Amino acid sequence: MAIETFPKGYGARKRRSQKTAFGIFRGLSLFIVLVLFAILGFIIYRGAGVIDWTFLTEAPSDGMTSGGIFPAIIGTLLLMAGSAIVAFPVGIMSGIYMNEYASKSGWAVKFIRLMTNNLSGVPSIVFGLFGMALFVKYLGFGDSILAGSLTLGLLSLPLVIRTTEEALKDIPAGIREGSLALGASKLQTIWKVVLPMGMPRIITGLILSLGRVSGETAPILFTCAAYFFPQLPSSIFDQCMALPYHLYVISTSGTDIEAQQPIAYGTALVLIIIVLVINLLAGVLRKYFENRLKLK
Amino acid sequence: MNKIEAIDVNFYYGDFHALKGISMEIPQNKVVAFIGPSGCGKSTFLRLFNRMNDLIPGSRLQGRILIDGQDIYAPGGMEVDELRKNVGMVFQRPNPFPKSIFDNVAYGLRVNGIKDKEFIRQRVEESLRGAALWDEVKDKLNSSAYALSGGQQQRLCIARAMAISPSVLLMDEPASALDPISTAKVEELICELRNQVTIVIVTHNMQQASRVSDKTAFFYMGEMIEYDDTKVIFTNPHKEATQNYITGRFG
Ligand SMILES: Nc1ncnc2c1ncn2[C@@H]1O[C@H](COP(=O)(O)OP(=O)(O)OP(=O)(O)O)[C@@H](O)[C@H]1O
Ligand SMILES: [Mg+2]
Repeated sequence: MAIETFPKGYGARKRRSQKTAFGIFRGLSLFIVLVLFAILGFIIYRGAGVIDWTFLTEAPSDGMTSGGIFPAIIGTLLLMAGSAIVAFPVGIMSGIYMNEYASKSGWAVKFIRLMTNNLSGVPSIVFGLFGMALFVKYLGFGDSILAGSLTLGLLSLPLVIRTTEEALKDIPAGIREGSLALGASKLQTIWKVVLPMGMPRIITGLILSLGRVSGETAPILFTCAAYFFPQLPSSIFDQCMALPYHLYVISTSGTDIEAQQPIAYGTALVLIIIVLVINLLAGVLRKYFENRLKLK
Repeated sequence: MNKIEAIDVNFYYGDFHALKGISMEIPQNKVVAFIGPSGCGKSTFLRLFNRMNDLIPGSRLQGRILIDGQDIYAPGGMEVDELRKNVGMVFQRPNPFPKSIFDNVAYGLRVNGIKDKEFIRQRVEESLRGAALWDEVKDKLNSSAYALSGGQQQRLCIARAMAISPSVLLMDEPASALDPISTAKVEELICELRNQVTIVIVTHNMQQASRVSDKTAFFYMGEMIEYDDTKVIFTNPHKEATQNYITGRFG
């Protein structure tokens, strides 16, 4: 039986409102992208001029009004590596444990999940304070790369655990059963089937966490970062300079803030470039692991 | 001689009584089909034979299941990976690993400690031939199993299961996701494998059950209503419920 009472013109109205809605969505996204580009453009505009070979390879000089930011670059890279060494193995293993071993409704998993969720919401300055109390003072590491890496590692742990867990959760149960049904142990199944399948997403999460670490200032404020430490660190018990902290220092408490402005923008630009390169790397690695799954 | 023997099996998912007092004997090197309406417990029962339900939290088994006379659930008895080496399984949806065709078939050998490259290569070839897949894939053994069609993937999964030469093969609706031609190939395979292994197959396809199986069991609401020679079940069943089910008069 045909319906005769469909309201007239409803279709046109429906299509019109859809058009308007999507128009607004598109406008807003364009606007946001423009703002982001403006920020980036501004920093490039102000910072590109000061970046040259000297800037990248020499230590600051003349009360940090000239020279370069080499120690800060190295410091940031060291802290990223250090936090990775701390957070990746522990985080990935916890993620695996949470998703593969622990009973999903057991109190252990619930507790760990609660803690990781809460931890990821804790302001990073609190991590800094905690790192100072535990690593710097109690364990006696002093202001050092070690204490800074541990603090930053703790900071990125929740993200690493979460990503690993989420990546593994989406792998179909049928694949695991297929492996177990062939007499593989759970560990073999995880190692040979589950992890390779989760790898593209895990890698992405890991690298994003590195990006976050590279820009953190608060956690290293009282655990590692040096106001001025022109020579390169010789051990993990040394302090080091770091890009975000350097940026903060020369913009707020430098010897000649006016003269240091360009250096600040140069530093910001280098930091942004490092993060961009890392994200690019994340993309490349993800593609690589995805391809390895598809075509061998 | 009986390959598998279930003795008064009850199975629970939490409070839900999924299998109710089932006893049955499955003779060696025969094909036994499980039929019955959706949700009656066929998969649940099948998955008891390779202890696949162990993974489900809150599940509980009463009764005994013997394979080759040995209680596979006896505490301190057989290890579960030893059991699964001997009792292979093919699933409803083809589930190849994201690896090459070769590595898929070699997987079961490798996870059970076989390292000899030449031996593995031979077994892979034999198994793929056995699954009537060799000619289609022999030139692309190193390409991904995902590049195969659904039907080919399912035959790959059969080859993968057969590569470790189990003596029992469990198949849970192995052809339900396949087109008629692939289905026919899988059925042919079952007929060829019947001399080497004991096959238990779950199917919703009556013709398939009657074509491939020696014996058929009809399940309904967690109970095994009738179990007899396939010919008897499909021509002259003793229970009215069976009769209604196979003739499609079920309500
Ligand atoms: N993991 C589980 N947890 C709780 N209940 C389950 C679980 N798996 C199956 N069941 C229930 O047990 C009963 C039997 O399920 P089973 O999968 O064995 O049925 P089946 O006969 O294989 O059905 P189908 O033909 O649809 O595959 C169903 O009522 C189902 O809802
Ligand atoms: Mg089923």
